[in-house]
Amino acid sequence: MLEFLSRLFSRDNGSKNMAKERLRLVLVHDRTSISPQLLETLKADLIQVISNYMEIDESALEVNLDANGNTVALVANIPVKGMKRSVNKKK
Amino acid sequence: MGEVIVVTSGKGGVGKTTTTANIGAGLASMGFKAALLDADIGLRNLDVVLGLENRIVYDIVDVTSGNCRLRQALIKDKRLEGLHLLPAAQTKDKTAVSPEQMRELCLELKKEFDYIIIDCPAGIEQGFRNAVAGAEKAVVVTTPEVSAVRDADRIIGLLEAAGLNEPKLVINRIQLRMVKQGDMMSIEDIIDILAIDLLGVIPEDELIVITTNRGEAVVLDQNSRSGQAYRNITRRILGEEIPMINLEEEGGILKKLRRIIGLK
Repeated sequence: MLEFLSRLFSRDNGSKNMAKERLRLVLVHDRTSISPQLLETLKADLIQVISNYMEIDESALEVNLDANGNTVALVANIPVKGMKRSVNKKK
Repeated sequence: MGEVIVVTSGKGGVGKTTTTANIGAGLASMGFKAALLDADIGLRNLDVVLGLENRIVYDIVDVTSGNCRLRQALIKDKRLEGLHLLPAAQTKDKTAVSPEQMRELCLELKKEFDYIIIDCPAGIEQGFRNAVAGAEKAVVVTTPEVSAVRDADRIIGLLEAAGLNEPKLVINRIQLRMVKQGDMMSIEDIIDILAIDLLGVIPEDELIVITTNRGEAVVLDQNSRSGQAYRNITRRILGEEIPMINLEEEGGILKKLRRIIGLK
């Protein structure tokens, strides 16, 4: 009973925190209005840089903006097919 | 020369029209000449909120299309000397007026009025672009809800893109009891998220429904919190420094209960 009452009157477990959290996440996406085109260019650049160090599966490469908890992360999923022994810069 | 202020929100139903009416009535009751401009063409509402719906002869589209002179379309309020309304057209749509025509209209009104308050339609389409075209300052109305705050955030971005920097925030329909329970975002929460200056906070109040039913403005009610809140907003628009009202309810039952069971 007391637990129920304390939950009822507590400030921390209220639905407002959920509202705030959801709002914060949704605004991160609204405000970082990254165009798909920009993401594609970023992808191409990433492929170029990483290819200097390892062989990657370009067709399976995924790059996304991911809002999680308090942070927004750039999440790249890059399948590696093989490592290179030495750095061979093209330039 | 008068000042043109647009009242906007993004989301509908958060209290733009009520806020426009009360700021206008507040300014007029303090002796200023105020013109209220309903920019929601096709969905006219400011006339009924002000109780002036039976006196409309001409509307904003009649003025911009040259059917009548501006002076003929302006409706004088029943009670307040300095308060005037330029009603929206009800049968036309948003494309009947262009942003350029709105700019000219605002320039014209500025010659005669101290303040021009524009009631912006909901949304971010042409109605919004029309409403902000002639404005120099902006007020953003929101309620403590996720959807309303999200739309407010979007509108703030669009206002700034339109050159209306530093819009001021009005938080409407706040319920202190729910804020204390942790079931409603607080003033600080919303300010923190939107990162703009606060113009005022209106508590949830049945009297707003009652006065609107009658076509009156709550700002003229001397005994209510919401009336006081709107008077404070009016004063802040005039440039006065007014502290935020204390929304604290005296010794609510919840507070007592909380004390009894030992929770602060």
